[in-house]
Amino acid sequence: MTSDYGPLSARAFPMNIVTFDNVSKIYRMGQVEVAALRDVSFAIPKGGFTALIGPSGSGKTTALNLIGCLDSPTRGEVTVAGQAVKGLGRRSGADFRGQHIGFVFQDFNLLPVLTVYENVEYPLLMIRDQPNRQRRLAVERVLEAVGMADQARKYPAQLSGGQKQRVAVARALVGTPELVLADEPTANLDSQTAFMVISLMKQMRDAFGTTFVFSTHDPRIMEQAELTFRMVDGRLADDDSAHSQEAAT
Amino acid sequence: MKILRLAFKNLLRYKRRTLFTGLLIVVGVVAVIVFVGLSDAFKRAITGQITDSMLSHLQVHRKGYTASIDNLPLDRMLPAKAYGRLAAILDGDPAVEAFSGRIRFGAMLSNYAQTTNVRLIAVDPSKEQAAAPLLASRIKDRTRTDAILAPGEVALPEVLAKGMGLKPGDTVVLVANNKDGSVNGMTFIVAGMVESLMGPGGRDGYLHIDDAMALLRMDEPEISEVAVRVKNFRDVDAVAAKLQETLAPMKNQAGQPMFEVHTWKQLSPFFNVVRMIDLMTLGVQTILIAVVLISVLNVMMMSVYERVREIGTLAAMGTRPGRIMGLFVAEGFSLGLVSALGGSVAGIAVLWILNLSGVEVAFGGGNQVFALAPAVSPGQVASAALIVVGISVLASLQPAAKAARLAPVDALRHV
Ligand SMILES: Nc1ncnc2c1ncn2[C@@H]1O[C@H](COP(=O)(O)OP(=O)(O)OP(=O)(O)O)[C@@H](O)[C@H]1O
Ligand SMILES: [Mg+2]
Repeated sequence: MTSDYGPLSARAFPMNIVTFDNVSKIYRMGQVEVAALRDVSFAIPKGGFTALIGPSGSGKTTALNLIGCLDSPTRGEVTVAGQAVKGLGRRSGADFRGQHIGFVFQDFNLLPVLTVYENVEYPLLMIRDQPNRQRRLAVERVLEAVGMADQARKYPAQLSGGQKQRVAVARALVGTPELVLADEPTANLDSQTAFMVISLMKQMRDAFGTTFVFSTHDPRIMEQAELTFRMVDGRLADDDSAHSQEAAT
Repeated sequence: MKILRLAFKNLLRYKRRTLFTGLLIVVGVVAVIVFVGLSDAFKRAITGQITDSMLSHLQVHRKGYTASIDNLPLDRMLPAKAYGRLAAILDGDPAVEAFSGRIRFGAMLSNYAQTTNVRLIAVDPSKEQAAAPLLASRIKDRTRTDAILAPGEVALPEVLAKGMGLKPGDTVVLVANNKDGSVNGMTFIVAGMVESLMGPGGRDGYLHIDDAMALLRMDEPEISEVAVRVKNFRDVDAVAAKLQETLAPMKNQAGQPMFEVHTWKQLSPFFNVVRMIDLMTLGVQTILIAVVLISVLNVMMMSVYERVREIGTLAAMGTRPGRIMGLFVAEGFSLGLVSALGGSVAGIAVLWILNLSGVEVAFGGGNQVFALAPAVSPGQVASAALIVVGISVLASLQPAAKAARLAPVDALRHV
């Protein structure tokens, strides 16, 4: 687990795991149409640590939902890990997400009736239908990696916010997906904990080579991104639409 | 299995609500089991009483007799020859346990001071005892213990004897018309009092068949009815049908069928009571179904509504819609299963306590008290439990389908 092997190779052979090609998303509420995304095109490199930023209502969540195959674009083409999002049905969409994408939510969204261990085990048990021994190895590995191995038997209600989000990160990673999506993963955490969680996510990217895409309002959190897309009113902002930390160094 | 485990955990999440719904279902199951147990015992007691002490299980008459049974007609008897053929058939039927030929007629009863009408059944005491074993227990103040009565004796209906101030040992005169219209009288000793039973024949007296033949001046026995007891009470319809078939080819001179066969169900008005009890059982089961349906539907709808975001999370992570549906159906199933088991155990326990403390029912004007032995068969308990589990699953289908249909984006936005 060298900390620079994964991302470096991704940058050395720039392959895009997500591409948006003139994507628009229009919500219809009765007579009113809301354009949440307008002709957006961008690409997210494999193995990167990418942030979507922008004011409230700018379309960050909408974009992440499209990347997460939870929604399909009104116009344009979204591909994720080589798969066109539009063609996915309910069940094939679920299967695709279960195989390729991990999710981290703003409100943690752990199942309250399950222990930390069981929460992390859930994707392997109920989605991948993996056998017991294989599950245990994988769960123990990610819990160890996020530093929650000693809390495995606790229930979510017994954990702090930061601890919950670590468990959520472990749950997102346990099936070793290619891509982890996190919509405002630190919005419900105090700034110190938020920083710890985003650092953990970056560490996990290094350790597992997983692509991370997250959205945030917090400047301190944005700074951690290697690639940032700024959104304004459903478009990518022209000025510094793609600023790369590496470009600065 | 893993789905059921998760379903259980989710049920325990709202402990009070689950407990309340479960208890409601338990009470419903207990009500059904206790009702079925009691009503079955009641049915058994009454049918047992009516068949074993009077009607026997089925009866054979000369064709047309039952239609005019209230007149006790002497011109619709089975001649000795016909009775002989019938007796041979019954003797040869392995499903028949016993049978008894009876002469039924009306007579005038006199105690030398008063005179009244009485309906009488003349029997061969030992044969009658075999065909209607509880008859002996219906005759109170019996003067002899070896048989219900002997030639020269009559057992009088209790109410009638009381009204005339007659006691066992008293002498009475019976006067009867025979079928040619000539009158004959004989003296008898009162040998006991027959308790009343509801239904036809429930207020008849008994005497020896030989005395009846003498009184009616018969040269050879002519039989009004043949009471047949079958070996297995449950087979009574089958035995009757088979007998009917065997007897059908036997015709009289006019080419009409000679015999008619009726089971106790056709002969006793109590069968309608039995049917009513069955109908009520159905009603109680319907109420149980409604209770389960409404309460499980309610709980599951609340469950889905409260967990919309959670469902969105599961779906986003890649849980298939079918599995989400399965999770919620499993929740309804578990709730139903546990409640059904609890209700079955509690219901059987209640019946057991009822048995210990004893249940008595007065029937037929209060002069007859039955001690009931409430009991349910495993099949009856299983059917109540199955109803509950089946309806629980049915009730959770719609909420579960709703959960499975939720779009993850919308579900996740739900607050
Ligand atoms: N399901 C929907 N129906 C109608 N309008 C929607 C829906 N989802 C989003 N919108 C609208 O689309 C626009 C973009 O919303 P989106 O949630 O993507 O913004 P965001 O950048 O995530 O904002 P925030 O920072 O507040 O989370 C907003 O104007 C929002 O009101
Ligand atoms: Mg948002």
